[in-house]
This record gives sequence, C-alpha cells and structure tokens, in this order.
Amino acid sequence: MRHLLGIENMEPDEIVRVLDTAEAMLEISQREIKRVPTLRGRTVINVFLEPSTRTRVSFEIAAKRLSADAVNVSESGSSLSKAETLADMVQNLAAMNADVLIVRDRTAGVPQMLAERVRVPVINAGDGVHEHPTQALLDVFTVRQSLGSLEGRVVAIVGDIAHSRVARSDIYAFTKLGAEVRVAGPATMMPPGIELLGVKPCDSMAEALEGADVIVMLRIQQERLEGPLFPSMREYARTFGLTVEKLKLASPDAIVLHPGPVNRGVEIATEVADAEPSRILDQVTNGVAVRMAVLYLITGAVE
Amino acid sequence: MSIPDSRSRVPSLTSSATQGGSSGDGPARVVLEAAGIRRATTRIAHEILERNGSPESITLVAIALGGVPVGEMLAEALRELSGSEVPLGALDVTLYRDDVIGHGRRPIPHKTRMPFSVTGKRVVLVEDVVFTGRTVRAAMDAVIDFGRPEGIQVATLVDRGHRELPIRVDFVGKNIPTSRAEKVVLRQAPGGEYEVVVI
Repeated sequence: MRHLLGIENMEPDEIVRVLDTAEAMLEISQREIKRVPTLRGRTVINVFLEPSTRTRVSFEIAAKRLSADAVNVSESGSSLSKAETLADMVQNLAAMNADVLIVRDRTAGVPQMLAERVRVPVINAGDGVHEHPTQALLDVFTVRQSLGSLEGRVVAIVGDIAHSRVARSDIYAFTKLGAEVRVAGPATMMPPGIELLGVKPCDSMAEALEGADVIVMLRIQQERLEGPLFPSMREYARTFGLTVEKLKLASPDAIVLHPGPVNRGVEIATEVADAEPSRILDQVTNGVAVRMAVLYLITGAVE
Repeated sequence: MSIPDSRSRVPSLTSSATQGGSSGDGPARVVLEAAGIRRATTRIAHEILERNGSPESITLVAIALGGVPVGEMLAEALRELSGSEVPLGALDVTLYRDDVIGHGRRPIPHKTRMPFSVTGKRVVLVEDVVFTGRTVRAAMDAVIDFGRPEGIQVATLVDRGHRELPIRVDFVGKNIPTSRAEKVVLRQAPGGEYEVVVI
C-alpha cells in the first residue's frame, strides 16, 4: 500500500489484509501498557483542515500506540492563514522528513492532489463528499467482528447518501467483500445513478431494512447542506430515523452502525443508539485498531 | 489445554502451525517423531518443576505460531505431573521484531492472548525451534511490556544453533546440528501427530 486515498481502488485482498492486521492491533489497546515499538522514530503528521474530534484523536492515538511521533496541524493557526497554498504547506511538512501524512479537507480530491506532489505516503482522513476510507475499513471490521463473513450479508445504508463520503466508501468496501448493499434516503439526497455502484436504491426505509443484517445510519450533516433538502428535522426523523419499531423489520441479529457524531432523535432514536444492536462505541474502539493497521502497512518498505 | 479465546471464529493457532511445513522443496528428513516429542515435553516439564518448585509461580508463554502447540503439550504435561493448571498465553512478537522495526517488513501479526498477569511470575517462553535468538529477544521485550516477571526462562523443542545474539535456552528437547540454509519446522503429519523435520 503506497497511499490510502480511497476504497474505490483497493483490491479485496488488500482490504482483508488491513482487517487481519487490525485484529492483532485490537489487543494492544486492551493492555495496561498500550504501546508497541514498531514505528519507533517515525513521524506522522495529522493535517486536519476541517473540524474533527474523533478521527483526528483516533489517528493520533493509533500513531502513538505504535510508538510513532504524532504532530497535529489544524487550519486555524497554520500558515494557510498567511495565504500559503496547501500544496506548499504540505511540501514543507514533508521536507521535515515526515513518514506519513494524514489529510482531512473539505474539498474532494485534496489528498490525491497532495499524494502526487510529495514522496510521503498520504492517508485520506475524509475529503469533501468523496471518500473516508478508514471509516469504511472500521465499519467492515466491526461487521466482521460481530457477524463473521460479509459474504451475502445484507447491508442497508440510510440517510443522506449524496453528501456522505462515508456512504461512498462503505458502498465500495461492503460490495468488494461480497455484501449486498441497499441505500435509502430522501429523494433529494439520493444521487442519480447510484445503482451504477452496484447497490440497490430503495423507495422507502422499510424496503431497505427488510431482513437486513447491518444497518448503517448516516449523520444529517447540516454543515454540508446548502439549502433545505427536507421539510423539517421532525419529518426527517419520522421518515428516515431509526426507531425501535423500524429496527424490527431487520434480521433479529441485525447490528446498527453510525459514523458519529450522532444526532440523537434525528437519524437514530436514543433507545436504538444505546441498545444492544448498536455497535457505535465498538466502531470507535475498532477505529484505533484499523488506523494502527493502516499506519503499520503503509510505512512498510516499498517492494 | 487450549488457550482461552473469547472469539471462536478466530482460527486455532495450532492448526496454522503447519504452514510452510509441507512444502515440496527437497526431501524432508524427520528428526523428531511424535513419541520423541512426547518424551521431550515430559522431560522438560519435569525440569521446569525441578528448577522452579511450585507450579503456582510458573506461567507458560508460547511464542506464536510455532510455539503454541509445544506450549499446549507442556501445559498438559505440567498438569499431569503437578495436578495443577499452569496458565498458558500466546505471544505474537511480530511488532517487536528487529527486522520489522528497522527495515519495514510488514508480515501480518497474529493475535496475542495473555489473559493473566506476568508480574512476579516465572515466565517460561516456549518455542518450537530456537535459531538465531532474535525471536527470543523480541519475546523478552514483549513480555516485559506486560509486567515485571520474577524471571524469564526459555524452553524449546529444538535448538538448532547459529545464535546471532547472546541468548541461551534453559530447557531443550533436542539439539539438532543444522546448516544455516536448512529449514527446521514443527508440522503435523497426515495422521495429525506432530513431527519435527529438516528440509
């Protein structure tokens, strides 16, 4: 693995390699001394140009548990406010002999653009509405942990499909591992041609949930929406929110994922978010292990 | 005795210990057959008890993958001899290896299971084959990350020499002189019994 820019161009066996490696990484976080010496002396720079708590901290913890030195750069306080271009800033960071650059940006394609300009491995930590590969990897890891194989499993992804990089990366990851993916959401949030990605668009949430093994609820991202795409939060919650009642449509052993942060009472009812089928906190725990696996693999010698 | 594992879908470490053993490159010479392995593990169990006294102070830590079946056999022998259960863990040392840290090799690590504290215990590291000593070195670092044992000892089914580090083994089943180019592996014969072969 040279860079991790998206799931779209990953081979299924590359995905499985990350998941298998993450299995071993998971145990390290359960130790009293949560650190192995593997990336001793390596420098990982987190460039987060969009607000994030979970993903940034997750990457930082992952780097530190492998003994790497982790440095964080955020938009405020960076030289971008002195009109330096992003490419220049990143080339300067790379010139300090960074070993890995982790990039989050609100514009799709930025990690790709940077990967073409520096010799350092780049990990996409979320770029606009394009991809969020480590989220998809931790999602498939969490499903594999709960249900075993993904082959033939039915996955329902519900919410704002059009503006969700998580949905896009999840669709690639789940379909590559042999799952059947259905998507549902308000018509204004369903991208035309979504079936070309090998998923089944559903007219209602009920149709998507029928017998599903995995339910991925997407966050309503108010900050990314430019105008009203649905009449009201209350109506959205009624039509596309996951309630205890709607959960009964899914398989009895179904699990519920959500990339966070959760809008309680909007896309997911509190009783569901905190109930047994919810794997929301497991996702967060697994996220550290999956990111450790990605850092481990991406810092390998180029063969 | 098997190592406790809460997730049953993880394949048994034992079953994968045969990997690479049945490859067809060159004739495989059996140097230790099942009966010999049984005698060796029983003798090592006696020696471990003799050296350490009460079994309560001992924990076995098998080095994954090859050491795991040997660890299971030793735990069984110790239980028969002493009547008490000796804890057995499995330690993967991939993330501590000097060729991984230094040179960026990226083998997929196996799962470590250490469901007990090693602090104050006499840890017996268990290997199938000790060769350069680098794996034992990595394992000592890994064990110390789990606590402060009263001591660390090494038991191996086979010592084949060619040490590159000042590492010695405390309990050895059989010394087998080899050339550096040969491979020595513990594998399961078609009948399911373990044997050590030189390839």
